[in-house]
Amino acid sequence: MTTLPDAEALCAKLVAELKPLVKPSTAMIGLYTGGAWLAEKLHPQLGLSTPLGLMDIAFYRDDYHKQGLHHDPKRTRIAFEVEGRDLLLVDDILYTGRTVRAAMNELFDYGRPASITLVVLADRGGRQLPIFAQHYGTQVEVPDGQRLRIKRSAEGRLSMELEDA
Amino acid sequence: MHNPQLNAAGELQHLLSIEGLPRAVLTQILDTADSFVGVTEREVKKVPILRGKSVFNLFFEASTRTRTTFEIAAKRLSADVINLNIAASSQTKGESLLDTVANLSAMQADIFIVRHVASGAPYLIARSVKPHEHVVNAGDGRHAHPTQGLLDLYTIRHYKKDFTQLTVAIVGDILHSRVARSLIHGLTTLGTPEVRVIAPQTLLPTGVESLGVRVFHDMKKGLAGADVVVMLRLQNERMRGALLPSAQEFNKYYGLSPDKLALAKPDAIVMHPGPMNRGVEIDSAVADGPHSVILPQVTYGIAVRMAVMSIIAGN
Repeated sequence: MTTLPDAEALCAKLVAELKPLVKPSTAMIGLYTGGAWLAEKLHPQLGLSTPLGLMDIAFYRDDYHKQGLHHDPKRTRIAFEVEGRDLLLVDDILYTGRTVRAAMNELFDYGRPASITLVVLADRGGRQLPIFAQHYGTQVEVPDGQRLRIKRSAEGRLSMELEDA
Repeated sequence: MHNPQLNAAGELQHLLSIEGLPRAVLTQILDTADSFVGVTEREVKKVPILRGKSVFNLFFEASTRTRTTFEIAAKRLSADVINLNIAASSQTKGESLLDTVANLSAMQADIFIVRHVASGAPYLIARSVKPHEHVVNAGDGRHAHPTQGLLDLYTIRHYKKDFTQLTVAIVGDILHSRVARSLIHGLTTLGTPEVRVIAPQTLLPTGVESLGVRVFHDMKKGLAGADVVVMLRLQNERMRGALLPSAQEFNKYYGLSPDKLALAKPDAIVMHPGPMNRGVEIDSAVADGPHSVILPQVTYGIAVRMAVMSIIAGN
């Protein structure tokens, strides 16, 4: 039985890491659903001048022809100019890298950011694309046949757990 | 009963009619449309989801507006769009409907958008296409116009949020309207407690009550307390028959004037599928007034058609 680190403690670690990097041009975008939860934790603690952006990459996925459209798409809401921003792109778990690829494609349809920095709660390896997270809360080894999930309690506390894939 | 629109998993395969679609499918379409409204508000109004797919607009009956909105929707999904004005092509040379479709299928079509004067034509095509090909009904005879019904539902949900408290009044030529039929089915499926139809007896289909609507012949009574007023186009050709005495008389009894609209709720919205006959079924003061959401309907129509095409092409 793998013991997973405390997600809330990892959030605090990420805040400490990110704070010194914040510039006037910095803005944050969280990816639905888990990345949005994490971003909602981090955003208020970084003193950013722009509202948190939230993104659903459903229309940019590379497995649409196999999976179709999932049932509950959310509307992407980015209430600031992406052009010229230093973006913190936030997701919960980094695995194959395909979600991040899709997110970057969508972002460039909003404008040309000055930079994109990837922030994740957990990096579980298994990359299929040349993508890495500059900031991660932890690295987790996931046993075969299982997957790592982020959860949010009714009180808003984040946690991670392994479940059968 | 087998629903020809759904695949074995109960997912939308073709969109032929709102009738018979489960609430979950309607809600999925409206939710997905909401995401696409976000896309249509961006600088780059295009997503790559249908890249490499071909959408064939098969219009056996002319309709510039509907064809254009489907074309815009397909292009915003990055599909290739081929417009075929069939009325002026092979059909006039005697080719059958299914032969036309088989030929287009051989040109690697993925989605057929079909408008036809004959009710049921899109069903016939849906039965004959290959499993990876999808059919969207863009209006068949007097039967159905499901994407118009869906965009009406989207517009109502956008402004009124919840169907379960609403009174919706549909006014005018219900008899010849495929829009009215599609909308009534959608409203009742989504739990609208009161759907009213307001029309002279000659413009009501027999047994319309069986659709779950209340019938009014007096527009003033029918509009009382309505949250949503949907005006239908009075087709000019109806005037020539015995159904109506004159456009002026129709306007007097069934045209939406500011006076009559004042009987609806103060925050009522006014909708119209277009094209409007100003001064016949709707006065300009209403069409251009603060209650009118007629132009937003057109904008939402594109997002709704994007939603329908992206859902069916993925199933």
